[in-house]
Amino acid sequence: MSILLNKKSKLIIHGMTGAQGSFHARQCIEYGSKVAAGVTPGKGGTKHLDAPIFDTVKEAARETGADASLIFVPPPFAADSILEAAEAGIEVIIAITEGIPVLDMVRVKKHLRRLELEGRGVTLVGPNCPGVITPGECKAGIMPGYIHKKGDIGIVSRSGTLTYEAVWQLTCQGLGQSTVVGIGGDPVQGMNFVDVLTKFEADKATRAVVMIGEIGGSAEEDAARYIKANMTKPVFSFVAGKTAPPGRRMGHAGAIVEGAAGTHASKVEALAAAGVTVVENLSLMGATVAAKLKTKVKTAKK
Amino acid sequence: MKLLEYEGKDIFEAYKIPVQARFGVVRIGDAVESVKLDGSGPWVIKAQVLTGGRGKAGGVKIARTREEAHTFIRNMLGMKIITHQTQGAALTVEEVLVEAACAPEREIYISVVLDRKEATPMIIASAEGGMSIEDLARTKPERIVRMPVDVNTGLLDFQARELAFALKIPKEHFRNFTAAAKAMVEVFVDYDASLVEINPLAITKEGRLVAVDSKIVTDDNALFRHKDLEAKPDHEASEIEKEAKAIGINYIGLDGSIGCMVNGAGLAMATLDTVKLAGGSAANFLDVGGGATVDQITKAFQIILKDAKVRAVLVNIFGGIMKCDNIAQGIAAATKRVKLQVPLIVRLEGTNVKEGRQILKRSGIKIEQADSLWEAAQRAVAAAK
Repeated sequence: MSILLNKKSKLIIHGMTGAQGSFHARQCIEYGSKVAAGVTPGKGGTKHLDAPIFDTVKEAARETGADASLIFVPPPFAADSILEAAEAGIEVIIAITEGIPVLDMVRVKKHLRRLELEGRGVTLVGPNCPGVITPGECKAGIMPGYIHKKGDIGIVSRSGTLTYEAVWQLTCQGLGQSTVVGIGGDPVQGMNFVDVLTKFEADKATRAVVMIGEIGGSAEEDAARYIKANMTKPVFSFVAGKTAPPGRRMGHAGAIVEGAAGTHASKVEALAAAGVTVVENLSLMGATVAAKLKTKVKTAKK
Repeated sequence: MKLLEYEGKDIFEAYKIPVQARFGVVRIGDAVESVKLDGSGPWVIKAQVLTGGRGKAGGVKIARTREEAHTFIRNMLGMKIITHQTQGAALTVEEVLVEAACAPEREIYISVVLDRKEATPMIIASAEGGMSIEDLARTKPERIVRMPVDVNTGLLDFQARELAFALKIPKEHFRNFTAAAKAMVEVFVDYDASLVEINPLAITKEGRLVAVDSKIVTDDNALFRHKDLEAKPDHEASEIEKEAKAIGINYIGLDGSIGCMVNGAGLAMATLDTVKLAGGSAANFLDVGGGATVDQITKAFQIILKDAKVRAVLVNIFGGIMKCDNIAQGIAAATKRVKLQVPLIVRLEGTNVKEGRQILKRSGIKIEQADSLWEAAQRAVAAAK
């Protein structure tokens, strides 16, 4: 098993006929993902990469039975695109788009909360994220497929390329991944660390979790509280931004240290206190996980 | 984007949030006498710098005579300001605001911020203003009032009343206060702000409610729908940072000697951390983004090399949306245009990595290729020594 996506997942790609949408749709298809449809308003009835294009998400979902959305729509229109998928009843919505205004996301979250109260809840991943991949089954995102390997380590991360780094190191150690979830670097987002950790804890196919955090906000501290109280599986973590100057936005809108909140030290301290193995040198992530899991297996056998 | 006090007050005025009478902004090079000092004073001269604590650093002066005002303006322009918020760096005062001084009898703290966790605008207020909210949170946390606000409806009348009662606003100022609080939320929403702060909101001895200061931070992601803000200069960014921004590259200057080009903000931060672990320090944070073109990468390279402190360049790319062959073409093109006189260490991985490495090999540029970030960082540190 896995979380969020598996080999049965059928994707709708929003903005599939655009340059980025097109490039990545092709990569997803080549990886083996089922791309059921694309949505580009005004291009309904055409075909692209052998998939039917629809004008609306509602039609695409109805005609193809797709259950996941992958969004490449430009920032001014992306929030609307997320809500279109949510209203069409798409269960898992993955928003890749970078640069969506924060207040647009505030409105999206409000809308999604209302849907949940009505019993029509959906799962949003992102925005500003690399997407989700269940290796060997379904790739819904912009991550390079070949660095992944099917296995039993769950990965959750606020950063795109930093996730690839962690995945690649694990793969090089022979450690595969159950599912890799990029939750994105924006201040207001869909799934947070705790949401994903909860799913990994419940997932039988996941044996350990790697969590990649960064400075800003309090998501890592919240995760630490959850881990301490609820996680039985080992968790490994790296937190980026130890040397970032305070008050400056380091690319990600969410990665800014405001006052005493969101510092590297406070996150590392909270995670370590929760029993998480915090890796200081990113390049040692793979080796650390491999070593720890090996000793664990040995002690278990004794 | 952070707005200066007078820029914020222009917005406040448009939303009928009461401010003091302003007599003008004087910039370096302006004739000091050009300011029309109306009334009989006193006047207050305020340095327009993006930091708190400027008063203690000499950035706020009260003048009783016109001559005194002119002297203060002259002295303040070009002055260096260092406060607890500037991390040791000095900010040069390029503009001063001249307005009517006021004598506060009571100072209130009020702001609208984005609460990330709850995904909502939130009013933070305290009956005691004047000091920073961080200090307030530390010394008197029980005095802080928090009120979530609906982004679609704004601050409702009953909420504004609740807030006024909680802050013990006197009767005669009640209506002005509730109007100002509602207007602050409107500013927050209309301008896509992440912070709108008045500290202090004063009740003066003359019996007026007035915003003595203004602090507004807006969301860069929303600039596309705020052409007026987009046209304003970014006061926080250095020249080189502005140049990078203009071509869509995220660059922040730092103190070290290793120029860094990385794709993705998280990996860029982690690269700086790794350089530090390897015993060096980075000259910059540079995220070329997810969809950078060959031309953008060329320019990013030129920007890194503009910094005279740079003694080695470390390129760390893990291609996802960004393809390694694009990066490699950018590096090849840039090094042809710029005479590269410092060692170049490149670590490529990810989408189209084979093509990327081949392009670099074929280019004939002297490059140290590294297989891991740690190896690349160590080599860069050694090369910069």
